[in-house]
Amino acid sequence: MPAMSKRGIERRGRLITGSCIALVVLLVVTLIFMVFSRGLDTFFKDGISPWSFLFGTTWNPHQTGDDGAALVGALPMIAGSFAVTLLSCLISLPFSLGSSIFVVEIAPGFGSRVFRPMIELLTGIPSVVFGVVGLTVVVPWIRSWAGGTGYGVLAGSIVLAFMILPTVTSLATDAIAAVPDAYRDGSYGLGCTRWQTIVHVVLPSALPGILTAVIMGMTRAFGEALAVQMVVGNAVQMPRGLFTPAATLTSVLTMGMGNEAMGTMYNDVLWSLALVLLFMSLVFILIVHLIGKKGAARHD
Amino acid sequence: MTLDSREVTPEAPAAAMGATTAEPLLWTKDVTVDYSGKRALKGTSLSFEAGTVTALIGPSGCGKSTYLRSINLMNREIEGCVIGGEVHYHGIEVNNAETDTYALRKQIGMVFQQPNPFRKSIYENVAFAPRCHGMTRRSELDELVRKSLSAAAIWDEVKDKLGKSALALSGGQQQRLCIARTLAMEPDVVLMDEPCSALDPIATFAIEETIRDMAERGICVVIVTHNMEQAGRVADRTAFFLLGDMIECGPTAELFERPKDKRLEDYLTGRFG
Repeated sequence: MPAMSKRGIERRGRLITGSCIALVVLLVVTLIFMVFSRGLDTFFKDGISPWSFLFGTTWNPHQTGDDGAALVGALPMIAGSFAVTLLSCLISLPFSLGSSIFVVEIAPGFGSRVFRPMIELLTGIPSVVFGVVGLTVVVPWIRSWAGGTGYGVLAGSIVLAFMILPTVTSLATDAIAAVPDAYRDGSYGLGCTRWQTIVHVVLPSALPGILTAVIMGMTRAFGEALAVQMVVGNAVQMPRGLFTPAATLTSVLTMGMGNEAMGTMYNDVLWSLALVLLFMSLVFILIVHLIGKKGAARHD
Repeated sequence: MTLDSREVTPEAPAAAMGATTAEPLLWTKDVTVDYSGKRALKGTSLSFEAGTVTALIGPSGCGKSTYLRSINLMNREIEGCVIGGEVHYHGIEVNNAETDTYALRKQIGMVFQQPNPFRKSIYENVAFAPRCHGMTRRSELDELVRKSLSAAAIWDEVKDKLGKSALALSGGQQQRLCIARTLAMEPDVVLMDEPCSALDPIATFAIEETIRDMAERGICVVIVTHNMEQAGRVADRTAFFLLGDMIECGPTAELFERPKDKRLEDYLTGRFG
């Protein structure tokens, strides 16, 4: 067999790597196409108005309302998803930011030896573990002092806060560590205290990175299904308080998808929920890119 | 030099000015620096008078920057770094645990090798430290910003864009802004760590003029430089460092023309370094 020419090898390598790329692109495109086509069936095939889907507050796809239209208001889940996402960020941000500042500015040795490996370990814990811990610790704890069942927005937010803590912390740590030492030197050289240096010099410089960390945390919280589903209560109603059971887009999706036949209106509406999820993660990613661009512009 | 810049003359405390003894403003005795137990600077004793410029020269890694960063105890910010010996400033020994390093660095300003303006506006860069030290009145700050920028010979270039980002300035302008930022604290000592090494010759010339201006206004300037011509142009006295050791110190012209130590002579004639 004649040896393959060098040019032939190059062509072959190009073909292999190129087809890998093609496969990935194809997968992403099909996935998006599928979610769109199914998700939009609700409106085009089943004739449900987007308005009543996005802003309707009653979710009961097996029944119809007084006007004869199916009760597929998704607002309770949309509100539920945003509630647990924002609340979990609010809970985790102070801890993330505090520990990032500590390990970068105050105890860098401890940070690289102990804290960072620990955070990385935490990132790898499967979400079901967080769910189980939430179920056996957080829910009873809330029940013990707030009454009720313990399931609800607060329980979901606390579990999510733990889940996104490592993501937000490690990204915020990177952002703070990326602030050039020259800035710190400049500030210390002017006789400013460590606190003044951190608040007025380091954090403002790291702000785009910190915002990115928060958005990445939000993306993760918004898309998380299992852990939330285990503790949020799964009652599709508008969230009225922290302690009443609620539902999120993801929890309703995971519970409903296996039970409804393909092509039914119920199934189509679930796809529409997935479309909303997809759209939201797109928005989050867009925001991250915008922040990145603005940060780069400010560097110049 | 403008009249404005003269107003920045620091009020030297009575201890130094009215002293009948001839104790210099700043002097060190056997200052040593260890990084994680490894000695980077052997015992160094030097003294610096108000209104003079002293250059610290020597090849890379000779300890001159390390020494400079010990004078305002900046090395303490580095983990595992220990400064030994005595640093006397205004007649007080400051290298001890009781020293308020923040107050010390307010008096002993520092300018770095790379221009490092903060990611803030030009105005905020200069007003930052005075604010940190408690100045809040806008009119006072405005006046101080104007005076400091004038003293660093950059006022005319930036007076119409004080609200613009400092990072939009050229390297030389940024470095002069950093000098202005330091002068805003009205220091009586300014330490400069190769302030011109990242700049072109024209910007370097402007900085050197500013350095001489500062000395004329009574500020004690200590400048680390790679560039012997620069030492010759700006410095009244020069100290030569080699391998973590201060070898020789004297009036600049004398030191360059009649070096006493063989190693300095070798360095000056370009045999190493």
